[in-house]
Amino acid sequence: MDLYHKDVVSIMDFSKDDIEGILDMAEKMVPYAKGEKTNRILDGKILGNLFFEPSTRTKLSFESAAYRLGCDVIDVSEMSMTSMAKGETLADTIKIVDAYCDVMVLRHPFEGAARLAAKFSDHPVINAGDGAGSHPTQTLLDLFTMRQAKGSLDNINITLVGDLKYGRTVHSLAEALTKFGMNITLVAPESLRMPKEIVDHLEAEGCHPKSTEYLEDAIKEADILYVTRIQRERFPDPTEYQKVAGTYRIDKALLENAKSDMIVMHPLPRVNEIAPEVDETEHAKYFEQAANGVPVRMALLNAILGGEL
Amino acid sequence: MQDGGPIKEVRLTPIRNGTVIDHIACGHALNVLKILNVSEYNIYSSISVGMHVSSNALGWKDIVKIEDVEIDSKTAEKIALVAPDATISIVRDFHVSEKYKVTLGERVIGLARCGNPNCISNKGEPIQSEFKVLSKYPVQLRCCYCDRVLENISNNLL
Repeated sequence: MDLYHKDVVSIMDFSKDDIEGILDMAEKMVPYAKGEKTNRILDGKILGNLFFEPSTRTKLSFESAAYRLGCDVIDVSEMSMTSMAKGETLADTIKIVDAYCDVMVLRHPFEGAARLAAKFSDHPVINAGDGAGSHPTQTLLDLFTMRQAKGSLDNINITLVGDLKYGRTVHSLAEALTKFGMNITLVAPESLRMPKEIVDHLEAEGCHPKSTEYLEDAIKEADILYVTRIQRERFPDPTEYQKVAGTYRIDKALLENAKSDMIVMHPLPRVNEIAPEVDETEHAKYFEQAANGVPVRMALLNAILGGEL
Repeated sequence: MQDGGPIKEVRLTPIRNGTVIDHIACGHALNVLKILNVSEYNIYSSISVGMHVSSNALGWKDIVKIEDVEIDSKTAEKIALVAPDATISIVRDFHVSEKYKVTLGERVIGLARCGNPNCISNKGEPIQSEFKVLSKYPVQLRCCYCDRVLENISNNLL
């Protein structure tokens, strides 16, 4: 797919070939992302970075990706600093910002916000997370990290653990994994299981995920352990959060049962799902994963804005 | 006790003018009334409702007859969401002057609200709700904004 001037709203808009094309381009971007090489292929372009929810990695890595390619950035970090605080609709805000930039990155607390933005914007919109909905660029960097570590994405056993209900990254990721024929195991407490419509979709795509509440059973077969934070902010009732917080904790003792080359990933921030002692093991890949946000987002910006590398 | 003879079966009588909504899936007549926005304040004609009526095609069906009202195509489209097999007959002077089956297109626009309270389509933006029709039997709709499947269509009709 030619990504020039295209919106990136959901990972489901991409085919397997599209994804592999972006990952190949991201591979080429690595030395530029690290500052070992420089270029200004997006010189004169402006990225509008609209973050209406807190973010560290996604926002900064988009900024870093833009600057590494010579693209300028204008940004909004808080809804209270915009006219939306005065009651302006998102649609109007998007139409205004559309006139100020060449591509827009949007994080918003409401599901479907990116789809709406894409409708009202002439310039392409990249979804950087909409409520509990999609987070397609996180999925791309996750896949990039997996491919880097495992050499290929085919026939991998992946275990997704933690908040599979509210965690937007695992929803996007699970749907993308089906395109690569991965064997998925879902580990979550009963109240945080993956929503039925996503499991139905995985089944319809020919993927039959196993489900369990017991991480100890699932970890032995895993090539990749993808851990997610149980997000306090997504729980309508704080007592429900207390019931499940701390259900799973990855530590060295647990990892003794894992394959020696099993990798641990996490979209971060972590709270206490992964003990700091894991950081020093060969299994830990989550900081590399966060770093990979830059080359992957560079690849995407380059493709969308028609840069040539 | 005096024998009054066999009880006469009460049938829905033909209407002179109005609309007959037939072949409604069993149990959905009340949802159709909801779509017709029937209340004591806005209906000035007779309405007959038959529920669990024997039908050759469906086995059992519901039927609604509303006198002196001819429903429009938007209402018929909405009825298709709760009764995809329904037929609409417009009756004028005891004759069926128009008869058609309700149809469900590929998209449903502005007829139902997304069941996800956190969906942007429920947040006062200048847009109409929009759903992709995933299946007709049963009717399954996916929100074009938040991608959620609408669980309870009849409770979310606009």
